Amino acid sequence: MSDIILKTEGLTKHYGGVQALEGANFELRKGEHVAIMGDNGAGKSTFVRQITGVEIPSRGKIIFLGKEVNFQSPLEAREAGIEAVFQNLALADDLDVPSNLFLGREKIRFNLGPFSILDHKGMREATRKALEKTAVKIPNLNSTIRHMSGGQRQCVAIARTATFPSKLIIMDEPTAALGVAETAQVENIIRTIKQNGEPLILISHNMRQVFDLVDRIVVFRRGRIAANLKKSETGGEEVVAYITGAKIDPSLSDAA
Amino acid sequence: MAKSEAGIGGLKYDAGRRAWPNELNILLALVIIVAAFEILGRLLLGESFLLNTREGVPGLFNEQRLQIIILQVSIVGIIAIGVTQVIISGGIDLSSGSIVGATAMIAMSFAQVALVNGNPNPKAIFMAEGLVDLPVIVPVLVGIGCGLIAGLINGSLIAYTRIPPFIATLGMMVAARGLARWWSKGNPISSPTESYAAIGQGMNPVFIFVALAILFQLILTYTKYGKHCYAIGSNEEAARITGIKVEHHKVLVYVIAGVLASVAAIVLSSKNLTAQAGMGVMYELDAIAMAVIGGISLAGGRGSIIGTVLGALIFGVIISGFTFLKLDAYYQEMVKGAIIVGAVVLDQWRQRRRSMRA
Repeated sequence: MSDIILKTEGLTKHYGGVQALEGANFELRKGEHVAIMGDNGAGKSTFVRQITGVEIPSRGKIIFLGKEVNFQSPLEAREAGIEAVFQNLALADDLDVPSNLFLGREKIRFNLGPFSILDHKGMREATRKALEKTAVKIPNLNSTIRHMSGGQRQCVAIARTATFPSKLIIMDEPTAALGVAETAQVENIIRTIKQNGEPLILISHNMRQVFDLVDRIVVFRRGRIAANLKKSETGGEEVVAYITGAKIDPSLSDAA
Repeated sequence: MAKSEAGIGGLKYDAGRRAWPNELNILLALVIIVAAFEILGRLLLGESFLLNTREGVPGLFNEQRLQIIILQVSIVGIIAIGVTQVIISGGIDLSSGSIVGATAMIAMSFAQVALVNGNPNPKAIFMAEGLVDLPVIVPVLVGIGCGLIAGLINGSLIAYTRIPPFIATLGMMVAARGLARWWSKGNPISSPTESYAAIGQGMNPVFIFVALAILFQLILTYTKYGKHCYAIGSNEEAARITGIKVEHHKVLVYVIAGVLASVAAIVLSSKNLTAQAGMGVMYELDAIAMAVIGGISLAGGRGSIIGTVLGALIFGVIISGFTFLKLDAYYQEMVKGAIIVGAVVLDQWRQRRRSMRA
């Protein structure tokens, strides 16, 4: 087996007549951190939704850990080892912090099928440990997250991915809603992930952050991959040129 | 008292200023309504509503009235428990009243005696098949089976065809009522066996209601099932993305609601010693009203069984109070309607105020 973690071949998604994603060929190697950049509507989030099983691709192949996969649901992607922080965070407003962290994989004290007894205490302890890494300030873990700030909610969502063992982590604009201190903290978490050798796909609009954190930058434009750049061989201006379409990579763009 | 171990990141959490649970507000409302009837009773009739004023009878409260209040809401209360968990998980169930009607008819026809005054029971539905004088477990299981099937149909329609719960259960409401009428061509079914009749006698409906309420309060608070009810009602998309099996869960929610409606039907038909096709008409709306008065948000994600029980008691107090004040039943309905709307308005107002403060 090679050291390729994730590979997509000709990944395509149509919404009715709209081509949100067209023929994406993408590769991610062991321990590699890749940023996906691009304008709004360039297909970044669509791409992520196909890999994480939230949507089912119209065409194309996804190869994860050397095997072709056809995720029918986010649960299958999760069980295969893909953890994601979504843009809309996927949090339940009326639940408290531990319940959100363990949503869908609650700790069980006593197994009775659907009526299994929850291990509230164990989940609260684990939540505390997971959140201490993020330096977020939450006055009361037992209150619902309805009225928490964007940063607090974001940290809960990120702590969720960091708590469970995974083979690939995907973050869709994890710092878009955060303050300076919280952004720094999230970036530290990403560095920790890098040190642990876990691969990561980061969607971000923040050029400084991308150049700080990742090894490679993939630019999406109008549903296609417009550029695939090693960080060491490129600069901010070139990336912006690809994002805006001022520069086009002839090897990646179709004749049409 | 600042208590820091509740939080994280060094912020102090002031437990004394914590938002006060909604159930306390509802309890307060209940106390105020009781007090209003008490004062009106003394002013208008010179009688006490709830306190014991009779000479020579021990006890602080008028026990008879207390019993009536609880007894008359306990059967709809059983339905309201099922409806509560449906609403918490973001749905609605309009079919419970009709499930009561259909279940009562079908269960009762398996609970009939063979002989009435020494002669063969002329009204026994299954006399020819010999299905008379059956042990009590048979009609009970048949009845619960009816609720289970109705709930399974509701839940499967809602989960797998993505029909809005309102429409799916509206269809079941009409269809199950039709089944109840067709079953005995509109005739009432009566003459149950002694053991079947015993189920709903005396204060048994209250015991069944309270036991089920405690059981489901525990289930909603301490089990995975309960957690997923709140999660799905709060954000169905998030629940799905995090891997909760939303479809399975919804089927189970409606099955439980159907089963609880059929339990109510068994208790009701046993208590009345007869089953009629029109049994349980409007019960679904009374049950929803109890839940709403009890602070269950129709948007899903919020509420508790304790709230619904308090809502049921408010319901019972109002009905008894109007009878006590010798007011017409017409006024009862009007006030009931106003209270339902008032409860929702109050809940919305509280939510807005709380989010403005945060």
